[in-house]
Amino acid sequence: MKTRKNEIWAAYQKEIANDHYYFARSCIRQNFFPAAENLYIDILRNALGKDIYDDARQTTCTGIAYHSGLIPLETTMTVIARQFALMNEAGYENFVVSCVTSFGLYVETLETWKHFPETEQKTREALKRATGMTFSIPKNLVHASDVIYKFRKKITEKINLRLKNQSTREPLKIVDHIGCHYAKIFPQEGLGGAEYPYVLAGLIDEWGGQHVDYPERRHCCGFGFRQYLLKSNRGYSVSNSKKKFDSMQPFKPDLIIANCPGCTFFLDRWQYVIAEMEGKTYGENGYGIPVLTYEELAGLLLGYNPWDIGLQTHQVTVEPLLDKLGIVYDPEKKYKGRNGEDIGIPENPQVLRCC
Amino acid sequence: MPETLYQKLEKDVRYIEGLKACFNCGICTAICPAAEVSDYDPRIVVDTVQKRDESELEKLLKSDTIWMCGECLSCKTRCPRGNTPGYIIQALRALSIETGLFIESHQGRKQLAVKRTVGDHILKYGYCVYIDEVDNDMYPEQGPVWKWLRENRESMLERLGTSYKKNQSGTLRNTSQESLDDLKKIFNETGGTKRLEKIEKDSAEKAKELNIDFKEGKDDYFKYLYNE
Repeated sequence: MKTRKNEIWAAYQKEIANDHYYFARSCIRQNFFPAAENLYIDILRNALGKDIYDDARQTTCTGIAYHSGLIPLETTMTVIARQFALMNEAGYENFVVSCVTSFGLYVETLETWKHFPETEQKTREALKRATGMTFSIPKNLVHASDVIYKFRKKITEKINLRLKNQSTREPLKIVDHIGCHYAKIFPQEGLGGAEYPYVLAGLIDEWGGQHVDYPERRHCCGFGFRQYLLKSNRGYSVSNSKKKFDSMQPFKPDLIIANCPGCTFFLDRWQYVIAEMEGKTYGENGYGIPVLTYEELAGLLLGYNPWDIGLQTHQVTVEPLLDKLGIVYDPEKKYKGRNGEDIGIPENPQVLRCC
Repeated sequence: MPETLYQKLEKDVRYIEGLKACFNCGICTAICPAAEVSDYDPRIVVDTVQKRDESELEKLLKSDTIWMCGECLSCKTRCPRGNTPGYIIQALRALSIETGLFIESHQGRKQLAVKRTVGDHILKYGYCVYIDEVDNDMYPEQGPVWKWLRENRESMLERLGTSYKKNQSGTLRNTSQESLDDLKKIFNETGGTKRLEKIEKDSAEKAKELNIDFKEGKDDYFKYLYNE
């Protein structure tokens, strides 16, 4: 049922360029969900007919190190300025960021330059001295999921499947997690702001699922940057994810859809850890709750083979979701390597059920 | 006269942006994920720095407290007075390293382990994290699927269409030497290299004082900081 509360997000909109994007990759996504970004590019190019440039010269934005207190702000701003210079050299003006940590930091850099103009000047001088490069600020800077949101109805036109349980015809119950740095730092830069985030909920609504606004929806996944990087400090991270799982479990979600690379990772891996350490599982029949990114969800509905888009690299197995959606898959091909090579299969965890 | 700690702190735009005036309502602490799981209270940190007491500031810079924040920045959204405790923490951490006071706290000393992982990865690979460095011993929560993927990464990453170990655009491509050189030159130019060297130098002194073997990479001092 639509209520006034559902409409509050509408006050928070932002401009999202229509085409011709420069793509800034994510360190975490490339490593831990290694097919996700290529899927994103493929959806933009082939399903939506957009132009998106993938630059070999780009590097990390340094965000994880910066937020761990390791790298000076001046260094991070200058690395970001170099990325802008690369975008300029490639002939683009619209910057699309694949990582929420990076997105927050790019916006923070632009805001810092606005509020403290001398910092922009110093950054320009440092970049010039270090690399000889100059740069123009992007005309449009958005997170990768914003583009999927913008074209969600175009994607709907291309899919036959809806987010419904094919046996019961009931909508799948789906929780979203947008990641703190998507909208908590600069709410005006996030669709729906920090309070009523709609960038992922809008996809769920559009594609026929039932979005669940559970109590700890807005709580941090628990990355904590240095708190996760140090083995001694990881209790911080798992405790915060557990708080979210405990809060969402009574709603029996069929799926978690995540925005931020780190959040996707933690919501996947900490379910495995909690199962093995405490014997507790959050999905049905001993499984976990599958965790997908926005493009993985779009990819499934568009008919991509789940094993071609890397869903076998998630620790929480996705088969319960595929079965509910009625997606046909070949279990024999799940763990095959290049050219069908037999490379063995992962060990089964003691508690968390996997296929 | 040498600069006071406050004079140094007030040069940091994150301190200027982060501290307006705190009236101690405690909303930041109520929303803080770190406060929920550890002995950490952002309200007290903000109240302490706004007192402008030089000795109190020095105590803070030597404490574990400033290293407990997870930089989620939930506090920025919630503060009714426009303060951002997470920004103040960023400025305090930078000053703690600049002054060498970070080695006076157990949590501060751990910056060496952060430097020798994510910091070194940036300059070696062009990535903050890189699959070759993330093994299940250091990261057991990665689980058996990651172990399998990592052991078979050449085959699986090719099957998934990545550019792992290739000199071309795409997922996990090799960062070119030219791009790595650019990063290094930017670090040299903007204080990044100096910061990382300072962490190594001061840590070496502390390790000697604690009588723990200090060399490079994953030495005994790193293991002590990373694990305990």
